[in-house]
Amino acid sequence: MTTPSLTHLQTLEAESIEILREVAASFERPVMMYSIGKDSSVLLHLARKAFYPSKIPFPLLHVNTTWKFREMIAFRDSMAEKHGFDLVSHTNPEGLAGNVNPFDHGSSRFTDIMKTQALRQALNAGRYDAAIGGARRDEEKSRAKERIFSHRNANHAWDPKNQRPELWRVFNTRLNPGESMRVFPISNWTELDVWTYIYSENIELPSLYFAKQRPVVDRSGTLIMVDDERFRFEAGEAPRLETVRFRTLGDYPLTGAIRSTAATLPEIIMEMQASRTSEREGRLIDSDSVGSMEKKKQEGYF
Amino acid sequence: MSLPMRTADDDLDLWLDQQTQKSLLRFLTCGSVDDGKSTLIGRLLYDSQMVLDDQLASLKKESRNRMVGEEGIDFSLLVDGLTAEREQGITIDVAYRFFSTDKRKFIVADTPGHEQYTRNMATGASNADLALVLIDARKGVLTQTRRHSFILSLIGVKHVVLVVNKIDLVDYDQAVFDKIVADYRAFAGPLGFSSLEAIPVSALRGDNMLGQSANTTWYHGPALVPYLETIDVSEDRSAQKFRFPVQWVNRPNLDFRGFSGTVAAGSVAVGDEVLIASSRKPAIVSRIVTMDGDLTSAIAGQAVTLVLDREVDLSRGDVLTRPGETPEFSNQFQARLVWMSDEPAYPGRSYLLKVGAQLVPATITDLKFRTNVNTLEQTAATKIDLNEVATVTIATDKPIAFDAYRRNALTGGFILVDRLSNATLAAGTIEFGLRRAQNLTYQSFDVNRDVRATMKGQKPRIVWFTGLSGSGKSSIANLLEKRLTAEGRHAYILDGDNVRHGLNKDLGFTEAARVENIRRVAEVARLMADSGLIVLVSFISPFEKERRLAREIAGDIDFAEVYVDTPLEVCEARDPKGLYKRARAGEIKNFTGIDSPFEPPANAELVLHGAEEEPLALADQLHGWLKI
Repeated sequence: MTTPSLTHLQTLEAESIEILREVAASFERPVMMYSIGKDSSVLLHLARKAFYPSKIPFPLLHVNTTWKFREMIAFRDSMAEKHGFDLVSHTNPEGLAGNVNPFDHGSSRFTDIMKTQALRQALNAGRYDAAIGGARRDEEKSRAKERIFSHRNANHAWDPKNQRPELWRVFNTRLNPGESMRVFPISNWTELDVWTYIYSENIELPSLYFAKQRPVVDRSGTLIMVDDERFRFEAGEAPRLETVRFRTLGDYPLTGAIRSTAATLPEIIMEMQASRTSEREGRLIDSDSVGSMEKKKQEGYF
Repeated sequence: MSLPMRTADDDLDLWLDQQTQKSLLRFLTCGSVDDGKSTLIGRLLYDSQMVLDDQLASLKKESRNRMVGEEGIDFSLLVDGLTAEREQGITIDVAYRFFSTDKRKFIVADTPGHEQYTRNMATGASNADLALVLIDARKGVLTQTRRHSFILSLIGVKHVVLVVNKIDLVDYDQAVFDKIVADYRAFAGPLGFSSLEAIPVSALRGDNMLGQSANTTWYHGPALVPYLETIDVSEDRSAQKFRFPVQWVNRPNLDFRGFSGTVAAGSVAVGDEVLIASSRKPAIVSRIVTMDGDLTSAIAGQAVTLVLDREVDLSRGDVLTRPGETPEFSNQFQARLVWMSDEPAYPGRSYLLKVGAQLVPATITDLKFRTNVNTLEQTAATKIDLNEVATVTIATDKPIAFDAYRRNALTGGFILVDRLSNATLAAGTIEFGLRRAQNLTYQSFDVNRDVRATMKGQKPRIVWFTGLSGSGKSSIANLLEKRLTAEGRHAYILDGDNVRHGLNKDLGFTEAARVENIRRVAEVARLMADSGLIVLVSFISPFEKERRLAREIAGDIDFAEVYVDTPLEVCEARDPKGLYKRARAGEIKNFTGIDSPFEPPANAELVLHGAEEEPLALADQLHGWLKI
């Protein structure tokens, strides 16, 4: 057959653009979550494409725990300047006042206060009726069933048993007062799709994804980078330089690095294909208990 | 299956280019857990190396004491769902799985098989190009096989693979396979699938999954995965009639006005003449804009921004088409519905209908018949319950552009949304338009009250509230109006506030002025009802004579007098506007109940006891009585 047809990446791109446009056309106050990682970078790229030549018609929201890698913040600000989008950064003021941190409060409480609660505060303060996120269905079992337009009640909670059926590409965007929508334009992308898209579209990423010598400590097999002077060393611990990179980006004390020499995009994709561990393994927040992601999502986490 | 290359010696760029050039196949799996559906999907994920080391280790642990193949894994555990479902031991929803080979990326919609999950299956089918219909070789074609196949044809899935699973448990017997295939073909014939392939497999043992099994030498067809990798499911959407639903108007500045959307069918090139489906106004495409640079043409599936050569009235919801290729444009059509809500559907109810980017109020005007999903038998019905399929006629408040669903799923598939809860209630597929609105000749009939009422889908009437000041008339009328509006009815309240300040501001409170006040209000109510509205009149109207006058003015319009009977003491205690206080102090003369009489109606159609129940309950009571 000689009919021109689209490749899977072109199809995924077009569908994501359609979803982003539907959000802009259907909601009063949309916002896009911007976490600075690779999925967010793809989302930003798609949003620029969706509305070109207009600027992105909604702000990007970054929930800043104050424990992000320093380079992430610098990258975030350079992107905002380069692409001219509105950036809203929010930190939980009570958490900040109480000096909530991953060392004293543990990953679970820290995440709840500085991420989940902070996100709720930011969404309420902005009176956002739609929040766009970069979650994918292949990431985690509970995500496999989540809708692209995922309804949240007035408390930002998800009811997995009472989701709206989602047919064709006809999205029900209707809300009652106080309710909101979480929208996941790259639901149907896999990790490999994200990387190959970054490769083919030449999308800019923070250098943390690429291997470099970085100061790390080894905590029972997980390599933690010492990114600033707030790091708490345990007795006898000292940072040592290792060639590492990150598969996901988040709060530096909670994000494990992997030993790698992959310093270019093709090398990273190659290494990812050869490695046989799932992406979220490097994220410490998921390992607290079984079904923990689903529970967090019901409470309003992305 | 060929796997992504893993060695450093391979040509990395070539491999990456290959990754970017894959095609996409979306398919649906139909069957129940007993048929080995989860095992089949788990096997596909495992064989395509989508199972990671850390997952595999925990799987092997969990697989002890379960039925496993050579690999020592219970594949069905891979497709486990949410914890709530895991605890209850049920699968209630659609889950999406992903795997890929060097040729294709696959998106699998995994849906439950039981009858009560018809809606979930329809949901999964709506985005699928192909379906795997699983059959347990020991059981053959069952009622559920028929149900699944009917829903597939209803949603328009064109390609079916009949997976005769557990072939190992019937000793790889060709006769068993042949009989199942013959049975299935006999009944699936009329369902009109474009392709139907039957494959004998054992998902557990891997027979005919990746390659020909030595256990079925009698089978000469393709193995499952190679078949899925190569089947051509492109309907050649680019060759169809051009459809471009406008999704978003792109206006960065005064010099640029573009129309953003996804080409739903056909193709478009710079220089093409296009038509707006609703107004039939033509224009020429002057640019096709994307961030990667302007294109000379765009095909179905591409998300682009079109710029036209002239100023046209075009906004979200409109559809661009081509001369001679226009879609239907009508406010009535016949459709099939899959009902997805616990709350049944009734003819006459108003919903919101969304097709493409068009959102309009719509009413089910006629329920023609219900189709039994197991027997395909058609029976008369007065309502549609959860998971039932029915054929209906639907009227929309204004004409919309659409195609028959079998011609174009994106312009012929719609959802119905509840006007109060905003829940998605139904999936609909348009069969054909019933009246072409663009052919309406207004001379062919007189526009009268009946015609206007039919357009609004309601019976015009006047509801005349009478009762003391503070009795609750306005509260009840307001709540009733809210409820009617939410139900898609068109209602209007006439009360002292909106009439005395305008139309009747020249009138005082003498007896003659009061009669004239009522006469004017009654005339306005009659005109409004004649235009098709439900009119709620909320006036004290204390005198029998005035109320009789209002009834006479209404003529043949349905007129209901509703007496809100609240004792004077209660009204006076409420005194919402402080009027009783002022009347008692002598500041207001001729105040009803104080120094002017109230004549209780002798023949009111309905009496509401305002001191005994809350306004909301009374409004509900009235709503029920009105049977709107």
